[in-house]
Amino acid sequence: MRTAVIVFPGSNCDRDAQVALHAATGAPPAMIWHRETALPPLDLIVLPGGFSYGDYLRSGAMAARSPVLRALHEQVERGVLVLGICNGFQVLTETELLPGVLMRNAGLNFVCRDVDLVVENTESPFTRGCAKGQSLTLPVAHHDGNYYADDATLDRLEGEGRVAFRYAPHDNPNGSARDIAGILNERGTVLGMMPHPERAVDPLHCGTDGRAVFAGLMEALAA
Amino acid sequence: MTAVAAAADITAELVAEHGLSAEEYALILEIMGREPNITELGVFSAMWSEHCSYKSSKVWLKTLPTEGPQVICGPGENAGVVDIGDGKAAVFKIESHNHPSFIEPYQGAATGVGGILRDVFTMGARPVANLNALRFGSPDHPRTRHLVSGVVAGIGGYGNCIGVPTVGGETEFHPAYNGNILVNAMTVGIADAGRIFYSAAGGPGNPVVYVGSKTGRDGIHGATMASAEFAEDSEEKRPTVQVGDPFTEKLLLEACLELMATDAIVAIQDMGAAGLTSSGVEMASKGGVGVELELDRVPMREAGMTPYELMLSESQERMLMVLKPGREEEARAIFEKWELDFAVIGRVTDTGRLVLKFHGETVGDIEVAPLVANAPEYDRPYEPTPKAPVIDAAEIAAPNDQMAALRTMLGGAHLSSRRWIWEQYDHMVMADTVQRPGGDAAVVRVHGSNRGLAITTDATPRYCLADPVEGGKQAVAEAWRNLTAVGATPLAITNNLNFGNPEKPRIMGQIAGCVTGMGEACRALDFPVVSGNVSLYNETSGEAILPTPVVGGLGLIDDLRRTVGIAIRAEGLDLVLIGETAGWLGASLYLREVAGREDGAPPPVDLAAERRNGDFVRALIEAGRIAACHDLSDGGLLVAAAEMAMAGGVGAEIFAPPAGITLHGWLFGEDQARYLIACADGASVATDAARAGVPAAIVGRTGGNTLTAAGRHTISVGELRRCHEDWFPSYMARP
Repeated sequence: MRTAVIVFPGSNCDRDAQVALHAATGAPPAMIWHRETALPPLDLIVLPGGFSYGDYLRSGAMAARSPVLRALHEQVERGVLVLGICNGFQVLTETELLPGVLMRNAGLNFVCRDVDLVVENTESPFTRGCAKGQSLTLPVAHHDGNYYADDATLDRLEGEGRVAFRYAPHDNPNGSARDIAGILNERGTVLGMMPHPERAVDPLHCGTDGRAVFAGLMEALAA
Repeated sequence: MTAVAAAADITAELVAEHGLSAEEYALILEIMGREPNITELGVFSAMWSEHCSYKSSKVWLKTLPTEGPQVICGPGENAGVVDIGDGKAAVFKIESHNHPSFIEPYQGAATGVGGILRDVFTMGARPVANLNALRFGSPDHPRTRHLVSGVVAGIGGYGNCIGVPTVGGETEFHPAYNGNILVNAMTVGIADAGRIFYSAAGGPGNPVVYVGSKTGRDGIHGATMASAEFAEDSEEKRPTVQVGDPFTEKLLLEACLELMATDAIVAIQDMGAAGLTSSGVEMASKGGVGVELELDRVPMREAGMTPYELMLSESQERMLMVLKPGREEEARAIFEKWELDFAVIGRVTDTGRLVLKFHGETVGDIEVAPLVANAPEYDRPYEPTPKAPVIDAAEIAAPNDQMAALRTMLGGAHLSSRRWIWEQYDHMVMADTVQRPGGDAAVVRVHGSNRGLAITTDATPRYCLADPVEGGKQAVAEAWRNLTAVGATPLAITNNLNFGNPEKPRIMGQIAGCVTGMGEACRALDFPVVSGNVSLYNETSGEAILPTPVVGGLGLIDDLRRTVGIAIRAEGLDLVLIGETAGWLGASLYLREVAGREDGAPPPVDLAAERRNGDFVRALIEAGRIAACHDLSDGGLLVAAAEMAMAGGVGAEIFAPPAGITLHGWLFGEDQARYLIACADGASVATDAARAGVPAAIVGRTGGNTLTAAGRHTISVGELRRCHEDWFPSYMARP
């Protein structure tokens, strides 16, 4: 299992992702600096949370134009799995590997709390460890998590089963369209999500509901 | 001595504008042996400001205990360091950013967080937790909401971006802070105990290196501003507030830690208050050496900056280092990787002088030793605060309805939930936050281990106003108790002494009293002071704040499986009250919030009882004998029981008081050294307590979905929660 975490200047959940991947795979992931232009052979790449490049301009906008992203696009074409968490999700929309945008939270404030999610898709390698309709409790911590896309795009995402996670009814922390918390690309190989599964893999910290995501990934990659 | 650039005439007005008295200026002339030029005057002004020199408080600070077997480094460095076992050390400090936060709340608070983070990572520690002790004016004051929202956004904006969790703190409102809010920021970091970095420069010829952001004109005279009272024109001081960039600080943090993993650094010091002046002088002074700086080599953000501006700028996210000879290129490569400025701006000398050059010309030349050692130190006259009369609990009227009184307190400005604040802080990044905000103390795991640090900030200013000595003791005791309540062994404190104008004997009496009380408590509890900060002149138009000596306490938990929180999660548990209850209502929250009075002597602090009771409770937690524990403080027994019920969603009953205590004294009295614990076998706890000489009584039982007192006063936990959660968001959303 060859995994990697991309580190941008300003990433701050890179260590959390590293710890979670190490625990899930039994091996430390490669930590890849943003200036790299070529990537080693990999099975899974994580774009971690944080404030890449200070989130100046727009969240994720500058990271989307960094050298390593070109290499990432090549890997996606080859079918390598990519998980973007929080700022990583913002990078994935900015680089157009996923549709839509993540706007400022509807309440305008940064929000950090546990949210209840509903698993919508159980076919993808990221979600096959979960049951359809399963409820997961994961923390969010973001200022720009208000997912928006036009109705046609939203209909298409829903129609193609590409909504991976929704916030439970009445537990939407940011005003995102149709309570969307995480979406997949067309092939189901790229997932962007605002909640932090990597923060919830340890009984002493936020519970263990995030393990389902990593366990599913390990299963998919072993298959 | 080389000729120094000619002085503009130093007039009496110029001296006064620099916050220096005529006597202080005479001392400068004596040290210099000539008239200083404007740059040199600026250096003296900054170094001798109250903020940098502690000239009014030092004589009292010296009385605090600072040693213990756990102490690796006490006050005097960038932060305090204590041993936490396993080869690790905790590095921590609290610092105020009161004046800037009042003028520009977002940037003031943000740069407060940035400054304290730098103090901690300068010593080689990775910051793992931030806390903030905040005090605002009356909720009804027209500026308060603006200040609350700006300060909270600023703290969050900085801490969230740099990726250090903000795990706790406290927030209080009182009209005495209408013109001077308090923003005290604390950071805790973890380092290898054998690899702590200090600021003493050494090795004549070694390069002095500047890293981080470029220098601009922001924050010039910040230290001087923080050392004077506000008048009505405080708005005009806005240009003296610095602007923070947490992204650059994150890069600086990672670059410094990367360089610290090598052995290239001789000394390192962050540029905080008084910028290049204080960092250069401190490094030279601590090392007993000289430093020569070529100011034209300082990376600059704007053209045309003068030596005076370069020496006094408080631009953020900068560090000064002394490297071993020949290691410059290795260090430069690391800082360039992180896209930060790196410049060799001078060298260590053996002259004992601070020499400033600008395009080859000497523009400043000061002997360092007298600049530091002869800094003014005042034993200012003080009037001890007269003792407030002890109020007999029996003369305080009972409320019409005990539960309505509880609702008033829990659903009001003082005790309502602070969720609105801490949900704006990333309190979980780094994935080691074991106890989140809302309990007695935050608990953060030592990464990769099963041990944890417990952290809290505490002060009860209304007690300090009524009786500074008891209030000073109580602040320390409450921090010690909060750490104990989560099962931690208290190790040491950092303190932030916030007071009014020390030139007034009445205020100086508050300072003297509070420090005396703190010292007594620290000694009795083996809880030394390892770092701290003093913020004086918190007055506007002659109105001083309440005396507010904030204690930041740190404790160690050996086995995180044994930590407990405040939440009652099971029915049928005994509630055991540890400690003696007399029903003390003087200076209590009940008296203020329900009876509308702010008078009386505060509850006395019996330090021997604190120690005995706390040690007993900690042993119970370590033995795994209790399910929940809460320290009793503001609002007393009923507030503690209500908070425990709300946190776990299980109700509780509190039995009637013992004979001789009024019901409201029993429910709301603030006698010290007390804890409320929930456990399966209260009787055996009471038996063991009796054997240990600790007062303990079963005073209630958990269960149901209501909180009931004395069998007849009842409120539902749901209603309590609603009023407790509602106040803050409603207040902030008020049209």
